[in-house]
Amino acid sequence: MAIEVDVLKRVPVREQDAKVRATNFEEVCLGYNKEEAEAEATRCLNCKNPQCQKGCPVAIDIPAFIQEVKEGNVEAAYQIISQSSALPAVCGRVCPQESQCEGKCIRGFKGDPVSIGKLERYVADTAREMGIVPEGAKEKKNHKVAVIGSGPSGLTCAGDLAKLGYDVTIFEALHEAGGVLVYGIPEFRLPKEKVVKKEIENVEKLGVKIEKDVVIGKSVTIDSLMKDEGFDAVFIGSGAGLPKFMHIPGEQALGVFSANEFLTRSNLMKAFSADSTTPIMHPKKTVVVGGGNVAMDAARTALRLGSEVHVVYRRSEEELPARKEEVEHAKQEGVIFDLLNNPVEILTDEEGWVRGCRCIKMELGEPDESGRRSPVEIPGSEFEIECDAVIMSLGTSPNPLISSTTEGLDINKRKCIVAEESGQTSKTGVFAGGDAVTGAATVILAMGAGKAAAAGIDEYLKTLD
Amino acid sequence: MFKILERNELAAHIYQMVVEAPRVAAGCLPGQFLIVRVDEEGERIPLTICDYDREKGTVEIVVQSIGAETNQIAKMQAGDSFADVVGPLGNPSDLTKEDPEELKNKKIVFIAGGVGTAPVYPQAKWLKEHGVTADVIIGAKNKDLVILEERFKTVCNLYVTTDDGSYGRSGMVTKCLEDLVAEGHQYDLCIAIGPMIMMKFVCKLTKELNIPTIVSMNTIMVDGTGMCGACRLTVGDQVKFACVDGPEFDGHLVDFDQAMNRMKLYKNEETRLKLAEEEGKTHKGHCGVCD
Repeated sequence: MAIEVDVLKRVPVREQDAKVRATNFEEVCLGYNKEEAEAEATRCLNCKNPQCQKGCPVAIDIPAFIQEVKEGNVEAAYQIISQSSALPAVCGRVCPQESQCEGKCIRGFKGDPVSIGKLERYVADTAREMGIVPEGAKEKKNHKVAVIGSGPSGLTCAGDLAKLGYDVTIFEALHEAGGVLVYGIPEFRLPKEKVVKKEIENVEKLGVKIEKDVVIGKSVTIDSLMKDEGFDAVFIGSGAGLPKFMHIPGEQALGVFSANEFLTRSNLMKAFSADSTTPIMHPKKTVVVGGGNVAMDAARTALRLGSEVHVVYRRSEEELPARKEEVEHAKQEGVIFDLLNNPVEILTDEEGWVRGCRCIKMELGEPDESGRRSPVEIPGSEFEIECDAVIMSLGTSPNPLISSTTEGLDINKRKCIVAEESGQTSKTGVFAGGDAVTGAATVILAMGAGKAAAAGIDEYLKTLD
Repeated sequence: MFKILERNELAAHIYQMVVEAPRVAAGCLPGQFLIVRVDEEGERIPLTICDYDREKGTVEIVVQSIGAETNQIAKMQAGDSFADVVGPLGNPSDLTKEDPEELKNKKIVFIAGGVGTAPVYPQAKWLKEHGVTADVIIGAKNKDLVILEERFKTVCNLYVTTDDGSYGRSGMVTKCLEDLVAEGHQYDLCIAIGPMIMMKFVCKLTKELNIPTIVSMNTIMVDGTGMCGACRLTVGDQVKFACVDGPEFDGHLVDFDQAMNRMKLYKNEETRLKLAEEEGKTHKGHCGVCD
């Protein structure tokens, strides 16, 4: 049955009912089917000077793939996306499209922008079901490249280099490849078996080898990889994994977690499932501190484990750094937002378990260097929230394991690796990108950096021939 | 896969295994640890490194079966393989960074308790190889739980003490240290590895005796690379991660009460898991845990 399209409005995407999904870990968004995707594709104006493509950190030829969707040519659409992105099924789900491609879509001036993300997801999911894989290199090149970390930047860099014919090995510290895609982003936003594993398999099909359980800086150093194991170039995509804490009284109490710990237990170790041998706390009432995407993930995970959840954030709703869609989803599911509040102390019982969180009310003052109005404490406004768990989601910083063990690799005062746009670091043959360089950011920005570094590494390796 | 080449029962519920893990063996130093997973569904379990052979690419681990997960390891035999062995993790002992000539002038005493005896071995061995013979006190509940005695004898001056006096000296390790000092031994450095409660009381004593003391903190952890923060502890006025800042710390600055309290975090879950493993689906409650 043909779908009637109002050019000003998006074809709505089906989602799991909020009440039902709040109790399970199945994916929230169900995605477009063929009819819906082809109908939405007709809304694309196929602009001569496409702004959407400029908004995409990996510069996917968006109008071209959407035209193929409109014609029903999923395979052609997939190969167009694959030229630019190694992880389309991931990006279609977790990119902040509203501030990138869709934010620049001309349709958005009057009405809704085209649902580019949902169309990308449709193409990637359908291609996977059809067994379509990206095209690999025609001829091999005689250089070995080591990629450190199998997160978004590493997978992208490795995929691009393999397509150029290089012999690429990814080294992953954990027992599973995917980086933040497996340990950080929950199953209900990004299914692991169905989506992440398959995208990684596609990268492996391009010829990329993945060696797990190798902690670079501990198991082996970059210098040793280049000197003893014959790697001509190295890409560092080790992310930003070190969690921050508030350093307030009570933070070492039983029931205070970093979002990283809580999410890693649930996502990587599958502690949400009764079959898992990894323990996780099932709180009754949880306070999540922070307002980013990770905070939303932690809040919605705690909710699904049966907890009442309060997000405590020191600014107002407008400043929440999380994607709008994530905030909306969290609200629909029943997460409570206690905005303009900040914890000052975690209260414990006589056995050291969390019994509450003392907060202070905030108001917004003058804009700070980030351009956001900075929150100021209202004197005497302290109050207590009763809870048995507190999840700190205050951001992360890069792990110093690599920078402290690699001679001649410069870092800045935030412990981030210093790199040019091509990914080139202060050390010859060593490139870096993603959160390891920028500090915690998004999947797609890391992919963009991995892509730029692949080009940079290709240029560098050509000079060695 | 990481194959088990050798497996021996050292004492009741304590097993020693030699495991193929070339990358760990190539780089590890005394003081570091590793993490294993039994199979694809397994929990990540931090274990101490007891010895390593760089040429053969093997590491030796010692594990005590105390919970569902360690029971699973205990059941593994030579020829079986771990799904994962990752490491070496944590920092090498400070000893390995010191000038061996200066170390020769230092009188060092190790205090090893229970399975904590295993990680002391590579340190004592390393010192011996660098011309330093340390004193080592091994403490165990009784004669049957004393492990690695013969190997220690070749690398140090060994003192064994048992809580019940069934072997060696009689009493806790703290008593042994007090006795040794009373007998005229002087120490410039103490390194204590064992249960937290033991390390706490050793530190209390060495503070009085004015002997600088290093302890190795075996906390709860998930990834072991600094990501989760589950292993955090207070050292002096700072919060440290045992996995990347340690595992060795100045014992006189560690907040042991807090660290021991944090070990309770998943006790209920772990006990449930262990009961389920032992009793299958027949458990009917009344254990005080699941009711």
